[in-house]
Amino acid sequence: MKQLTVLSGKGGTGKTTITASFTVLAKNAVIADCDVDAPDLHMLLHPEAIKTQEFRGSKLAVIDKTKCTECSLCREKCRFNAITEDIKVDPIACEGCGVCTIVCPVNAIALTERISGYAYISKTKYGFMAHALLSPGEANSGKLVTLVRQNAKMLAEKENSDLVIIDGSPGIGCPVIASVTGVDIGLVVTEPTMSGIHDLKRALQLLKHFNVAPFVCVNMHDINRDNTERILSFCKENSIEITGIIPFDPKVTEAMVNGKTIIEYSPESDVAKEIEGMWRKICSS
Amino acid sequence: MIVSIASGKGGTGKTSVAVNMALSIKNVQFLDCDVEEPNAHLLLHPDISKMEPVYILVPLVNEELCDHCGECSKFCQYNAIFASSEKILVFPELCHSCGGCALVCPRKAITEEKHRIGTLKFGSVGDLTLVYGELEIGEPMAVPVIKEVKKQTRKSENVVLDSPPGTSCPVIETVRGSDFCVLVTEPTPFGLHDLKITVQVLRDMGIPFGVVINRADIGDKKVYEYCREENIPILLEIPYERKIAELYSRGVPFSLEMLEWKEKFQTLFNEIRKLVGK
Repeated sequence: MKQLTVLSGKGGTGKTTITASFTVLAKNAVIADCDVDAPDLHMLLHPEAIKTQEFRGSKLAVIDKTKCTECSLCREKCRFNAITEDIKVDPIACEGCGVCTIVCPVNAIALTERISGYAYISKTKYGFMAHALLSPGEANSGKLVTLVRQNAKMLAEKENSDLVIIDGSPGIGCPVIASVTGVDIGLVVTEPTMSGIHDLKRALQLLKHFNVAPFVCVNMHDINRDNTERILSFCKENSIEITGIIPFDPKVTEAMVNGKTIIEYSPESDVAKEIEGMWRKICSS
Repeated sequence: MIVSIASGKGGTGKTSVAVNMALSIKNVQFLDCDVEEPNAHLLLHPDISKMEPVYILVPLVNEELCDHCGECSKFCQYNAIFASSEKILVFPELCHSCGGCALVCPRKAITEEKHRIGTLKFGSVGDLTLVYGELEIGEPMAVPVIKEVKKQTRKSENVVLDSPPGTSCPVIETVRGSDFCVLVTEPTPFGLHDLKITVQVLRDMGIPFGVVINRADIGDKKVYEYCREENIPILLEIPYERKIAELYSRGVPFSLEMLEWKEKFQTLFNEIRKLVGK
């Protein structure tokens, strides 16, 4: 079983548009939306949840006020400034480390589990999908990504799928690292802007760091043809295969508004054809 | 006044709004808190005057004192330290630097050492000063770098913070303590969906906010309906213009070439000032 992650570094370059299109083109794949704090793939694939799991990602310190003597030791030792002046836990700042529980001389503090989000296993028209939603403002998105990937793998094994397609989140930090570790292919979707190029390079370094084979796709290439050329020659110099060069087309947004992938909405468009070409290249790699 | 610029969905134009607003007003300190992919400097083109490493503290185990009792790994909530009968392993990239392992070690075998996770860069362009952080490749935790960027805050100035996308801990860390948060969105189903999640976060945190709609003429009208129903002020609309996109692609803030926008961004800032009451 192969695993493919679509990532970008910079947000809004078209990861989800491309992942959703691949899903339609794939015959026997499992889909994983690993952008757990702003997941969008479900708006194009319309999954029906068949199983929901609570995600307990982090813990929270709770002070028993009947025991607390307000000695302030917990406040002193907490490195996250999560204990307020009147000795209360700031749930946003608390990282659930437990230091307060061991320094408290009267055992007034305990760690409690909190529900940090939900993971789902769903059915779509095009196959099974693993996805999740982190509660707004929660930490530990990396752990939830790992759970989504475990679910996707389990589904793929059960369904005899040969491919897991993973939609990543922007950036290169914790959730993205959890989305790329151990996968076979990383497709970086970029755009021909200065930020697109800058973030592409960092995303490629990340793939190299984790030994993932890189592919690049330039989306909205006609926004700046000089920059597109720069990306192409950068990839050539570094022996990185360009899988696709996609033009800007307002139809992509129209498709999104209609809750459809571009492959379904406008199969004859240049965008759809280019994505189909990319899909063939990736399948034969 | 401290104003942060955020959005749930990536690529809606946070950095563009932050930079153009910052360049249209005076007495600005710009803090780029998107330490995973800092981009503001690509539009501002600052002279970098100083760089500083960012470290976190991670456990250092003295193998001679350690008797492999395993108390440290039992305590650690992040699986950053692993003790077996003959070996002890530290995973610095998982460590949150709480210091708990050193506290629980009965043989005082654990001290802490510095582990580099990023860099702070200081620069300026005209009278605007810029500080931004850069997370090292392969390091998962952005929050400690964001905290270091925010330590540079000079409250006497107009502080503009550029947030990373999303709604999880790096965003919370960025917007915490802001007087106002500008949410940049686009009028598409993705934009609206992610806006709603971010609104929930800001309401929980009690931070006042308003919306800037970018590429205002693409997509549909649902984001307008949502803002009206929820009484969220729409502070500015930026149309989709090829010229704006092209200028951005070359690293040029569009208000420098399309001068009518300078005034619009000043109005945006004054509007925020009024809403905050400062």
